Amino acid sequence: MHNDLFFAARPEIALGLMALALLMIGVFRKDKSADLINSLSLLALGVAAFMVIFMSGEGKVSAFNGAFVTDGLARVMKALALFASALAIIMSVHFMKWEKMERFEYPVLIVLATLGMMTMISAAGLIALYLGLELQALALYVLAAMNRDSTRSAEAGLKYFVLGALSSGLLLYGASLVYGFAGTVSFAGIATAIKGGMHVGVTIGLVFILAGLAFKISSVPFHMWTPDVYEGAPTPVTAFFAAAPKIAAMAVIIRVLYEAFPAASDQWRQVLIFMSIASMALGAFAGIAQQNIKRLMAYSSIGHMGYVLIGLAAGGQMGLRGAIIYLVIYLVMTAGVFACIIAMRRDGRAIETIEDFSGLARHNKGLAFALAMLMFSLAGIPPLAGFFAKYFVLLAAIKAGMLTLAIIGVLASVVSAVYYLRIVKVMYFDEPRDAVSPMPMELKLIIALATIFVLGFAAWPGPVVTLAQSAIVAFL
Amino acid sequence: MSGWPILSAVTLLPLIGALFILVIRGEDEIALRNMRWTALFTTAFTFILSLILWSNFDPAAPGFQFQERYGWFGLMSYHLGVDGLGLPFVLLTAFLMPGVILASWHVDKRVKEYMIAFLVLETLMIGVFVSLDLVLFYLFFEGGLIPMFLIIGIWGGPNRIYATFKFFLYTLAGSVFMLLAIMAIYWQTGTTDIAQLLAKPSAIPAGMQTWLWLAFFASFAVKMPMWPVHTWLPDAHVEAPTAGSVVLAAILLKMGGYGFLRFSLPMFPLASEMFAPFVFVLSVVAIVYTSLVALAQEDIKKLIAYSSVAHMGFVTMGIFAMNKQGLDGAMFQMISHGLVSGALFLGVGVIYDRLHTRQIAAYGGLVHRMPMYAFIFMLFTMANVGLPGTSGFIGEFLSLTGAFLSNTWVAFFATTGVILSAAYALWLYRRVFFGPLEKETLKSITDMTWREASILLPLAILTILFGIQPALVTDIFNHSVNALLGQVQAGLDMAASVQQAVAQ
Repeated sequence: MHNDLFFAARPEIALGLMALALLMIGVFRKDKSADLINSLSLLALGVAAFMVIFMSGEGKVSAFNGAFVTDGLARVMKALALFASALAIIMSVHFMKWEKMERFEYPVLIVLATLGMMTMISAAGLIALYLGLELQALALYVLAAMNRDSTRSAEAGLKYFVLGALSSGLLLYGASLVYGFAGTVSFAGIATAIKGGMHVGVTIGLVFILAGLAFKISSVPFHMWTPDVYEGAPTPVTAFFAAAPKIAAMAVIIRVLYEAFPAASDQWRQVLIFMSIASMALGAFAGIAQQNIKRLMAYSSIGHMGYVLIGLAAGGQMGLRGAIIYLVIYLVMTAGVFACIIAMRRDGRAIETIEDFSGLARHNKGLAFALAMLMFSLAGIPPLAGFFAKYFVLLAAIKAGMLTLAIIGVLASVVSAVYYLRIVKVMYFDEPRDAVSPMPMELKLIIALATIFVLGFAAWPGPVVTLAQSAIVAFL
Repeated sequence: MSGWPILSAVTLLPLIGALFILVIRGEDEIALRNMRWTALFTTAFTFILSLILWSNFDPAAPGFQFQERYGWFGLMSYHLGVDGLGLPFVLLTAFLMPGVILASWHVDKRVKEYMIAFLVLETLMIGVFVSLDLVLFYLFFEGGLIPMFLIIGIWGGPNRIYATFKFFLYTLAGSVFMLLAIMAIYWQTGTTDIAQLLAKPSAIPAGMQTWLWLAFFASFAVKMPMWPVHTWLPDAHVEAPTAGSVVLAAILLKMGGYGFLRFSLPMFPLASEMFAPFVFVLSVVAIVYTSLVALAQEDIKKLIAYSSVAHMGFVTMGIFAMNKQGLDGAMFQMISHGLVSGALFLGVGVIYDRLHTRQIAAYGGLVHRMPMYAFIFMLFTMANVGLPGTSGFIGEFLSLTGAFLSNTWVAFFATTGVILSAAYALWLYRRVFFGPLEKETLKSITDMTWREASILLPLAILTILFGIQPALVTDIFNHSVNALLGQVQAGLDMAASVQQAVAQ
């Protein structure tokens, strides 16, 4: 196969160059360039996606002397991350105009963050992992504070930065421990080194690495930043936070656990089970009291990451495939919900408290129906897509004999149904207020497609299942 | 089998009708009329299709008929089919739905959503009774929560939000354990296909049966509902609009009983035998206690709701008697209760539409102004009590006989429920219909319109007909019940022989 120096990393290299070019265009054309840069960024992401899918070789290809690898998991997760990033740019177009914060930096930062994610996903060693993670994280810190005039946004950015730096520190510390005891930074090397038994230092290092990654997927107990950052950041940025970085971080977790530490599965499984249970429980209970839809979605995403972790903890073909199916469905659902949130404006102001949705179903039937279906789907009610997401990870948990985990999972889904239902209740049962302002075409399209996806998934699940299957082929 | 997928057609036709209504635009009178008529036509066509289904159904043939099967996710299948246990409920659903739509003719609040919700609900209800894959069954079983949540929540009474949340969360909490049990069955047997699972009685080891039985029980007991998890039902019934109450009482409650017959008994025969005394106790408590509670009610719908819980107690008692009489009785009682309770709720709807109150105290002496209504309501009251000559009698008699053969004391205590049911039903009738017509509000009340009569009349005819000629119904499920008993026996024998082999 092509194991030349750059072959496997061509999409990343291309995307990096395009990002720099975009930055140049932006700098030289000044403020009027936001629309142009938006379009060009989408084009860049599209080109990168095309290269990931069609021009990154077959099977497992590595680059940079094995520090970087492209395989089925990498291709699928990169395509998903690129898709999520493109959605975040599309959703922002009108929002930024409304909020008078059109800046060419936004799409460029998204592209750079995506580049970081792609590097993370393809990392075959701790160094590449850290490089990708930091590139992604630095772009995200700035994105969180995008709205410079808003104290909430600035607070979100600062909070995210401080806690993010802490988590990066944890990860680095863990990586240094692992390097110290295993003598190598490459995942394959670590796997060989610990095959015959593991020094306690490696275990501690693994736990630190997991803690750093748990921060990125906002899993309990490293979730504290999530509600504040979700609430404070501009909504398209929140939509971005809720999807793409989680996909990348989950891919990294899969890689670290299943490529570098398969021999330590007994140790990390306990950690995953704990994080999973804690995330599901916290996501379910803490969401009930929320008044702000973005905060609510923060707790919702914490809960959902708990379910994905069920799949990772259970492992095997069922578990990993379930986790990736879950991520795909979660990605579409959150994109739909955030498109609804962005679309809802009244008198030129964004609607963010749940009470403001009251009676939405009277004046905006289509929007209310879409949001209701997405909420039922997030709650995991059949026959909507969200049910199948939960079905596959729970099926894997039962197979692996993790009955307690599965029981806590279904009970948490019942509890979380309370707050998803509350949104439906406010929209459908309460007295109507004024209609929301008409929404732009692209948001309509995203909402419509997401709704069709959650409704129609049961009838045509094939593509998503095939996608997930092709992602995990390398791990069987 | 038949050349065209008739079961899919019956199941999906209401959904297609709902899509038609979805594209009707506007909120003027003509659009509303079109929506109503589309809904009525769809349900009527579904009923006609279900009759064709019935006429092609061979009650003597073993196994499932009209099977359709397509792979799905590679793990499960879209597998439909009916036997004598499912078909009566398909017919019942398809028969009641046109009446439900007719009874909602005057609804003028958000007609479009209303009709769509009911049509989607019909698809999901029929789906429950024809699916032959556990996951598909779960899909339909749980999917029904969404339209019902909206029906109670949007068109319900003053306390509707509490009621609909309670309904949704109770049912969901019960059902999730069944989902886990379905997964456990999949890993144990390698399939979720109901027909395959029923074909081998020894598929599930004894140790697992207990847990799986409990998980399924959690779901069906809430749905049924059995005492002590019945408390969502009175709330949901009182707050739901008339049509919602009818569907809830007549069909949704039957899913629990159908589930016991379809899954608990044949798949977990050992556990069913072991837990039978437990179910008997719950059933008897339900029959006696909820009958007493019904006596104390001041709201007509709440009274009928408690009476439903009591009648479902007869059903669970009959099912877990695990003999021919008991099962026949349970099946018959479910069909009969579907007709009678549906009719009673429709009947309450008639006077509720006139006076907008369900308080018993607000009525009295109705017989003077509404003779036709009083007559029909008397008929259904009698059927509810179980008067010989009505369908209610056959079901109660058979399930009591079954219980008697299995456990005399259970039958003894349950029979007191018959007396109590006469007490609360007749007392209700006396307070609402007899006595002097004194209240000013009632002086100008009018008798039933042709529309209301045309909904209740077919129900009345069937109630009498099934009471006199029960073979019309029992013939459909007779062979299936025998086959079910055979499966249960085979499972028990197998376990006994294993035990003997171990002992030797």
